[in-house]
Amino acid sequence: MKRLIGFAIGLIAALLLTFFAGENPWNIFMILLRSAFGSMYDLGLTLSYTTPLIFCGLSVAICFHAGLFNIGAEGQLTMAAVTAAAVGILLPQVPFPIAPVLAFTAALLAGGLWGWVAGWLRAVRGSHEVIITIMLNFIAAGLASWFTLKVIPNPNSQSPETAMVSANYMFKDFDLIARLFPDTPANASLGFAIVFAVLMWIFLWKTTWGFDLRAVGANAEAAHRAGISEKKVRIWAMALGGGLAGCVALSEVLGSAGQYRIGFSPDYGFIGIAVALLANNNPLGIIAAAFLMGALHKGASDLDLETSTITRDFSRIIQAFIILGVAAQAYWEWLKKNRKRKS
Amino acid sequence: METASVILALIFATLRLATPLIFATTGGLMSERSGIVNIALEGFMLFGAFAGAVVGQYFASAWMGWGAALLAGLLIGALYALFVIELKADQIVTGMAFNLLAMGVIPFLTKILYNSTGTTPALLVEDRFTFEPLLMGFLLVALVAFWLYKSRSGLWLLFAGEHPEALLASGVSVRKVRWSAVCASGVFAAWGGASLSLFLSSAYSPMMTSGRGYMALAALIFGKWRPFPALGACLLFAFADAVQIRLQGVRFGDTEIPVQFVQILPYLVTIIALAGFIGKSRAPKALGREGF
Repeated sequence: MKRLIGFAIGLIAALLLTFFAGENPWNIFMILLRSAFGSMYDLGLTLSYTTPLIFCGLSVAICFHAGLFNIGAEGQLTMAAVTAAAVGILLPQVPFPIAPVLAFTAALLAGGLWGWVAGWLRAVRGSHEVIITIMLNFIAAGLASWFTLKVIPNPNSQSPETAMVSANYMFKDFDLIARLFPDTPANASLGFAIVFAVLMWIFLWKTTWGFDLRAVGANAEAAHRAGISEKKVRIWAMALGGGLAGCVALSEVLGSAGQYRIGFSPDYGFIGIAVALLANNNPLGIIAAAFLMGALHKGASDLDLETSTITRDFSRIIQAFIILGVAAQAYWEWLKKNRKRKS
Repeated sequence: METASVILALIFATLRLATPLIFATTGGLMSERSGIVNIALEGFMLFGAFAGAVVGQYFASAWMGWGAALLAGLLIGALYALFVIELKADQIVTGMAFNLLAMGVIPFLTKILYNSTGTTPALLVEDRFTFEPLLMGFLLVALVAFWLYKSRSGLWLLFAGEHPEALLASGVSVRKVRWSAVCASGVFAAWGGASLSLFLSSAYSPMMTSGRGYMALAALIFGKWRPFPALGACLLFAFADAVQIRLQGVRFGDTEIPVQFVQILPYLVTIIALAGFIGKSRAPKALGREGF
């Protein structure tokens, strides 16, 4: 509830900002709404943003439960997406059911490895994971750009993107969600994302591994005394987080685009932080939070067309305000205290 | 002769490229030694770079831009202090939100001011800084180091980060010390940004900090939260950056090194430096602790 009010305060504050650009905030809000849910097409696009945000939200959240802050989801999903594309282009002969599984496994491993590196450096060398993951984001962007432009470029286009993966890698014909939202990138990976969220909920609260992970996050010292190896937990939490972020390859490369495009992600990894925060790191809440953020992102994309002064970058302001609105917890305590004093 | 001029050029490039890092790192030092984690340096730098470029161009004076960056830094630093000190928001989460804010607010403002979301108009060459920020950067480190260890208020700052209870017991407000430290942090980091848009180049361009705010934090950790070792770390990272620019397009025999590999060099150096340095770096004891 607190989080929903924080969300509302952030959204309203951001909308009021449009006054300064000579716009009517209510008008902007209606554009956001209409452009996010106005038609099946709009809804499809909103859902296509929701899917990667669920994966990234889960990625940030699982690390958070282990007491780690994963700012590296962006790099992890980049490594995974480019790996999935590479497998689909370099091994075109693999038959259908095996092909997507193979590419997906490779993507998971690539994302997981990228998370593992950060986890290992944190656990064994004591390097701060926040800075390490940010540096790894830059390195991932560099490696992916080199691989895309020099090794598997698209010969038919000037755009910075890889060639198309072989058709056996796509699950388009079997994709019910894609059929429901024709002409949009929405696809079956949304179902996978929801299943992953449920699985993560079970993992965290119903298994001993999940308990160990949360124990390290709650109090590493106590967990250590209870015989839990916090090093191992931290490394695995980051690797799992990397794998979850890597699942974005499923929605982008294998589900819709069929290729890796440089810059396809509008900072999904960073918005994932807002998603996890909004959901209080609860995997099931992340589904709803990702949907809200996805809707905001889609809504803002039409601001370019429908207003003369507000651009799509406005979604970042809204996201920042929402994060601040939710994060400013002391505000609630202050309100409560004031109310007591009055009565 | 040839190698001598190359080395000289590398040294100059290193000093120039180190300037924004030195300011931002000193800004980070102020905040973190007072106990407040500051991952918002990147956003502070962007605001400073933007304010400096806009005002500097308007008045055709780099110094006016420098002053504008000071005000912008003060403002954004105070806003950050409000959230992390008064509203007790999580420091890392708030920092990320501020970086996001910079990425959203600046295009919003350029659209209003110039009807474009790209770069700001460029300063004339004669209106730009030629060497001043470089000098000021080194001077700032010396001043901060002297003030931190030799003055009463400097000690207050150190105590706010190490033993806030002791400071509180001696009748000094930890909150006020931290507020001033975070505001100063905003100003220094904004100057780091302004030295990008008024010294290294002549305008603001989107994302022109390219991660320098985070590298400044790394330099701070690498320098064990001490002014002069942190300065050394800045020079190391700037050297990697200078080598990176120098290596672009260089050939070894028949093969050209891919430009992307060269570009990731500074980030790689940062990771290796953070992971491999000798002896553990000890953060201020009360870093990230709230409630004063």
